[in-house]
Amino acid sequence: MSAAPDPEPKRVSTWALWLPLILFAGFLALVILGLTRPRSSEVESAMLGKPLPDFSLEPAAADRPGLATADFRRGAPRLLNIFASWCVPCSIEAPQLQALADDGVPVDGVAIRDRREDVAAFLARHGNPFARIGKDDVSAVQMAIGSSGVPESFVIDGKGVIRYQHIGVIRAEDLPLIHAKLKEAAQ
Amino acid sequence: MKLLACILALCIAAPALGQDSLPPAPFAYRQLDDPAQEARAQELMETLRCLKCQSQSIADSDAPMAGDMRSEVRQRIAAGEDPKAIRAWLVERYGDYVSYTPRLTNLTWPLFALPLALFAIVLLLLRRRLRKGGGA
Repeated sequence: MSAAPDPEPKRVSTWALWLPLILFAGFLALVILGLTRPRSSEVESAMLGKPLPDFSLEPAAADRPGLATADFRRGAPRLLNIFASWCVPCSIEAPQLQALADDGVPVDGVAIRDRREDVAAFLARHGNPFARIGKDDVSAVQMAIGSSGVPESFVIDGKGVIRYQHIGVIRAEDLPLIHAKLKEAAQ
Repeated sequence: MKLLACILALCIAAPALGQDSLPPAPFAYRQLDDPAQEARAQELMETLRCLKCQSQSIADSDAPMAGDMRSEVRQRIAAGEDPKAIRAWLVERYGDYVSYTPRLTNLTWPLFALPLALFAIVLLLLRRRLRKGGGA
């Protein structure tokens, strides 16, 4: 090492000169990438492909039964809609849920942190596409299935396995997608 | 027609942040009676991410869902469940996203490996330099 000190340190110093700049350029590229990529604030459920956890909810409406896990193990896929009367986007979603129900899709609801009279008023105003509505006062079912907001919808297959999660409002243009996912779950 | 719908949507957009009128879950704002249990719950809640307000922990957030999560955590702690098991239960549902404590996975290993690698490089450089200094 002590012999011929002339060529060796020169090579090292070239590296030492450029490496920080390269590292900085890489860092800059990372920052720009992070800033320009649209940030998604949606938290996907990690429960897809897993069976629906056990729950049993009291009815949230006078004219509809409550909702339990066993209701999803009857052989046909169902749509599980997480909603609330205090959730304004849910009222925007209501016509699409009605359209699905009119097409023969069984739709069940879970009302999050809601009062019976408020649910009744919401359904009277926006229609009632639900076969069953469960009342979830402490977001227990929402937590159990990895849902983080309202509205969210889940396609559950005939064996009670969660197959698809739709985060946010089901818009009119999402209906073919929902039908496709339901068909997929039926196979 | 579409414009009208947009304007209408804007008019009703404000109450979208509307809150429920239900009282908070039993242990959302109530501490556990046992201070040791409460301390364990608090420690865990500070490292669980609020899903509605993602730069806050559930211990910090006033979102109703964070309250429901606090209540769930406290009730499980009170029932004797291990904080690690509760974290695992939530991660099973929301992925690593819900936890502020990173796990060692295929995705996160550089986070743990990088400091070690940098430290090794520094040691190597130091050794070289010291040797050189000794030799001269």
